[in-house]
Amino acid sequence: MEAVKTSEKTTLQVKRFKPSENPTTNFFTEERGLKAWLTTVDHKKIGLMYLGAVAFFFALAGFLAIALRTELWTPAKTFIEADTYNKLFTLHGAMMVFFVLVPSIPAALGNFILPMQLGAKDVAFPRLNLASFYIYLIGAVFTFIALFMGGFDTGWTFYTPYSSDGDSATVIWVTLGVFILGFSSILTSTNFMTTIHKLRAPGITWDKLPLNIWALYATSIIQILATPVLAITILLLSLENIMDIGIFDPAKGGDPVLYQHFFWFYSHPAVYIMIVPGFGIISEVITTFSKKTIFGYWAIALSSLAIAFIGFLVWGHHMFTSGQSPVATTIFSFLTFLVGIPTGIKIFNWVATLYKGSIDMKTPMLYVFIFLFLFSIGGFTGIMLGALSVNIHLHDTYYVVAHFHYVMMGGTLMALLAGLHYWWPKMTGKMYNETLGKVAATLIFIGFNMTFLPQFVMGAQGMPRRYYNYIDQFTPFHQTSTVGSYVLGVAFLIILYYLVKSLMSDEKAPANPWESRGLEWQSTSPPDLHNFDHTPVVINKPYDYHRPMEEFQLGLAVEHNGHGEAHDVDVKETEQENS
Amino acid sequence: MANHSATHPAHVQHHFVDSDQQFESAKMGMWVFLVNEILFFGGLFTAYIVFRAWYPDLFTQAAQELNKLWGGVNTIVLIGSSLTVAMAIRSAQKNQKRGLELNLLFTIILACVFLVIKYFEYEHKLHLGIAPGSFWNPTPEILAELSHPKANIFFSIYYVMTGIHGLHVLVGIGLMIWLYIRARKGHFSSEYYTPVEITGLYWHLVDLIWIFLFPLLYLIE
Ligand SMILES: [Cu+2]
Repeated sequence: MEAVKTSEKTTLQVKRFKPSENPTTNFFTEERGLKAWLTTVDHKKIGLMYLGAVAFFFALAGFLAIALRTELWTPAKTFIEADTYNKLFTLHGAMMVFFVLVPSIPAALGNFILPMQLGAKDVAFPRLNLASFYIYLIGAVFTFIALFMGGFDTGWTFYTPYSSDGDSATVIWVTLGVFILGFSSILTSTNFMTTIHKLRAPGITWDKLPLNIWALYATSIIQILATPVLAITILLLSLENIMDIGIFDPAKGGDPVLYQHFFWFYSHPAVYIMIVPGFGIISEVITTFSKKTIFGYWAIALSSLAIAFIGFLVWGHHMFTSGQSPVATTIFSFLTFLVGIPTGIKIFNWVATLYKGSIDMKTPMLYVFIFLFLFSIGGFTGIMLGALSVNIHLHDTYYVVAHFHYVMMGGTLMALLAGLHYWWPKMTGKMYNETLGKVAATLIFIGFNMTFLPQFVMGAQGMPRRYYNYIDQFTPFHQTSTVGSYVLGVAFLIILYYLVKSLMSDEKAPANPWESRGLEWQSTSPPDLHNFDHTPVVINKPYDYHRPMEEFQLGLAVEHNGHGEAHDVDVKETEQENS
Repeated sequence: MANHSATHPAHVQHHFVDSDQQFESAKMGMWVFLVNEILFFGGLFTAYIVFRAWYPDLFTQAAQELNKLWGGVNTIVLIGSSLTVAMAIRSAQKNQKRGLELNLLFTIILACVFLVIKYFEYEHKLHLGIAPGSFWNPTPEILAELSHPKANIFFSIYYVMTGIHGLHVLVGIGLMIWLYIRARKGHFSSEYYTPVEITGLYWHLVDLIWIFLFPLLYLIE
């Protein structure tokens, strides 16, 4: 037994709990069966269900991408009609953004990991958590209804008048679907914020929060402030289609630029809703596989909040060519440069973390390096697009397409893959095949750059985005890009293959295969239904790799629940006592 | 499992360590939700501001069609219901079961009065053809008073804003009925009244939004 003195007032009696390597029960073995899964309020099961749903939509939208790239093999028609092509790229964009990227990291991985990193038994509102999953599915059903009614070709941004003068019925269904989907992100982020504030285990003060939690916290702030604005925008757009209220549709007296302002007030911050949780994963993985304390903890933590704040002030950079006033345009351009700074701070701190670390090139770490490379390109090209004169030339070209794929796929998706491999043994209790993991990561890196690097060149030379036809001079670029997309497809199939195979294997993963100091790794793999079989007590910072593992395996062994004063005070001394 | 053996009062869910933590979490969750609501209505207020800046004449003209008297009565009704809901929370804190039930009932009645008045206002306007968007079909007398070509957009904004607010009132009534049933069953006491408290928070916001809507839509000179 060890006694941890927290202050003059409270002393917590703590004991070492070493996670068992062969747990007899876990959250899979308790509450079994389909009904138990569908009605569960356990954040881990809900996270896994989200993961399944996100993977499904990713496969679907990815398949659409391959179809689109195949169509672009020749300058004229290859195998699909122009109208279908418009509908397919709209669907690819809308699905990837609203059904994959926005919920992917927070709702799938975040749901599973966040309460564990806080030492909580669940999120603050478990039933709302389950509700958010079903709301997500209902949103999906609405979108599929729109699809079966003939699809929509507005682009994922639903700009008026594209979205108000065509076939209103399908637009109404899909916009209502996005409206409903918004509630699911609102519920998730409300849950996360409350959990982070109120459900931290004894000893977790704000300076001991894992950076993944800081990232999810910043994400939740953005989601809470931005999502309702999208909700009202989309609702007004639906009403525009239902009864011509005349707010956004120019033909009825409305203003399409007002729609763009409303839409991007959500959708620029939404870029950070998608990427900031990825930053959290990178911070976790990079320390674990460097075996070294994170460099610049507060710089990384606070830059997430800075991004959340500045990210709200830059939406106008999507409308440089829409007839905004020159003053507004200049200010938005300046603020866009500014928002690059906190992101740059993160990159420098991550790279500094690597310095003199003992780097272990496991698959998750490989994805971190891919992330650093691709995301930096995405970020830099974003700065170029934020420059006024350059933007006029590059606006609505493939350069923009390449830029946001480098950010969203090269950033968010690579971080997601890093996190997925990193937490896979924790979530499933099984280990993936390391060799195949590395092969797939390499293929993704090659395929990705083959697909999107040529698009920068094409864009700079004037190839407009969303076009069905193109002039002959772009053929080699388009064909390289298409081949690259096939390589990406193969790589994802390999990942699917070895992940499914690991699930079927009997071999069990150790509780902490990476020797991480993170709290989530101090539980069994897979975790107990209540995450820990004790209330964890945290005395060290999450990345204190210079301290022995024993100090990270402490928990309450006495009746006092550690809630209240112990929450807020620093745990100062550890006295070794033998009992 | 050491920590699961601790005795929990019946109302505390298993993942909270004690009643306080549960109460604080619920309250914080509701505040975060209210921030959401403010941003949601914020979008509508922005649309209002933009259109009012473009067509100031339209707004002063069209506002004359709205009934200031009944709008004012409704404002008083809602403020009164804010008082009764606050008294309901006070009763719960002081363990007064009867007081809690009565105050919830008063709140429900006042909320219903608000909706009934709103219904007659809508009904009267729709009768004159003052309807949103493409349903805009005013009688010649109205058209003589209200010649502005974008008059229908003002009423689109009016119907959307008051309509969404009305939906919130309706949701509030539903919640209040649920609280009333639970109060009758004796679920609440000074130990546990979290649902009453957070529904009260929600109800105050619904009132507050109306307090902005009323002058912005009805009282433009
Ligand atoms: Cu942007």
